[in-house]
Amino acid sequence: MTSSVAISIRNLHKSFGPKHVLKGINLDVATNESLVILGGSGSGKSVLLKSILGLIEPDEGEILIDGQNSLNMSRSDREDLMAKFGMLFQGGALFDSLPVWENVSFRHLIVDSMARGEAKQLAIQTLAKVGLSDDVADLSPSELSGGMQKRVGLARAIVSKPSIIFFDEPTTGLDPIMADVINDLIRGSVSDLGATALSITHDMASARKISDRVAMLYHGEIIWQGPSSQMENSGNAYVDQFVHGRAEGPIAMPVLKG
Amino acid sequence: MEPLRRLGEATLALFTAVGRLSLFAASGIFHIFKPPFRGKIVLHQMVEVGFYSLPVVGLTAIFTGMVLALQSYTGFARFSAESAIPQVVVVSITRELGPVLAGLMVAGRVGAAMAAEIGTMRVTEQLDALKTLSTNPMSFLVAPRLLAGLITLPLLVAVADVIGVMGGYLVSIYKLGFNPATYLHNTMQFLEVQDVVSGLVKASAFGFIVTLLGCYHGYHSKGGAQGVGQATTNAVVTASILILCSNYLITELFFSR
Ligand SMILES: Nc1ncnc2c1ncn2[C@@H]1O[C@H](COP(=O)(O)OP(=O)(O)OP(=O)(O)O)[C@@H](O)[C@H]1O
Ligand SMILES: [Mg+2]
Repeated sequence: MTSSVAISIRNLHKSFGPKHVLKGINLDVATNESLVILGGSGSGKSVLLKSILGLIEPDEGEILIDGQNSLNMSRSDREDLMAKFGMLFQGGALFDSLPVWENVSFRHLIVDSMARGEAKQLAIQTLAKVGLSDDVADLSPSELSGGMQKRVGLARAIVSKPSIIFFDEPTTGLDPIMADVINDLIRGSVSDLGATALSITHDMASARKISDRVAMLYHGEIIWQGPSSQMENSGNAYVDQFVHGRAEGPIAMPVLKG
Repeated sequence: MEPLRRLGEATLALFTAVGRLSLFAASGIFHIFKPPFRGKIVLHQMVEVGFYSLPVVGLTAIFTGMVLALQSYTGFARFSAESAIPQVVVVSITRELGPVLAGLMVAGRVGAAMAAEIGTMRVTEQLDALKTLSTNPMSFLVAPRLLAGLITLPLLVAVADVIGVMGGYLVSIYKLGFNPATYLHNTMQFLEVQDVVSGLVKASAFGFIVTLLGCYHGYHSKGGAQGVGQATTNAVVTASILILCSNYLITELFFSR
């Protein structure tokens, strides 16, 4: 199993109007591997993730999920494929018309028609894993803090034990201790559940902890990828600047210096 | 050439919009008939569309019935036709004013709310999240709303018809001095089944139009809070226009022979 490829992306292009966001992405994610994508704000990381999920239709290229071409799939095949996925959205994307627990066990309730009591129990168990007590279960998402919403989103992403999990900035907005709890959780999903994880993060501590491998997205292309142990001394000036968070370097920030 | 080019562009844009709306409607209708059936959501939406619209539609109906009686009285007095008031009130209400006014009020209340709700779900990525949870928004959000609109508006308009006629009755009896028994007798005698049926068919069509445009504009909204606001406005305006156009067409279908 370990050597097989869970996600394979070939020559992926996507433009929004004149803005060419993805310019030929090639990337493989092995089964049961945790890959972290690094890249500046606005470099197209979220767009890449949404393309893999089929939420954005790319202009060109191929995406294979477990060897199946996911782009020319029928709607019902895609819905079946989605059952393998868990996704944490950058902004949480919780359903604000539903209480927290129904958000978490949404798929079980709506798609799998699980009994409500059982689904709620499952939701409460999963919420506990992300450090939320059972009294938040009946609250509405709008009554939670940003970090708590993020964790509810995380619970929703992992509740059905998906085989491929996508995390868009899982630790943003969390305090350092809770961030580390979440890192452990992501690591655990990969090592204990055998899941494949594809994460986006700006948090280098998190990247070090959760990744087996790292890829860097810059100007719409993957400019470097390698094992996370090599991230610190990649020999790539761009990666170096990013990893060490320096303002000086080949990546120029388009800000006005006064 | 410039005006011609503009005209061409506007025409193309119109056709694109009509095409997109038609496809959206077709997909919505398809999902009404395709399992899974979401009875609970439909019921919930029926309460939203119908029950909570009762006060506003009831008020509209009663005042419309009242003013109709009053206006007809002062107008018909000029050629001594005051006795036709019961017939005028009941036919106007059931055929035209009941469904059209209820449709317009519901467009403002329900169409706007649907556009805002689904629009917010769009811009906060909740629609994307639904898809990642193997749930098609057309089936989960749009189809139940369309069905609720189709079923509920006729019920709402039936109630509005009764209230509207009652408004005319009250003014006629207590202000204009009609005999209650004669008034009711004339009302019932003159009313034809087709008057009511055509009104209810209209109501169903308007219910579909309102929910369709609410969902459509919400679904296609973009660009944050401002985009949602724009979607809401568009939903109400386009639904109102379509209600008035289709009202004419349905009237033609029923009564042109
Ligand atoms: N639906 C869209 N329509 C138009 N442009 C878009 C859309 N989605 C993303 N973009 C553009 O694509 C680019 C990449 O966006 P993306 O959200 O992928 O950035 P990101 O790498 O995730 O950044 P961040 O780290 O800040 O989340 C941005 O310039 C953005 O303006
Ligand atoms: Mg992003």
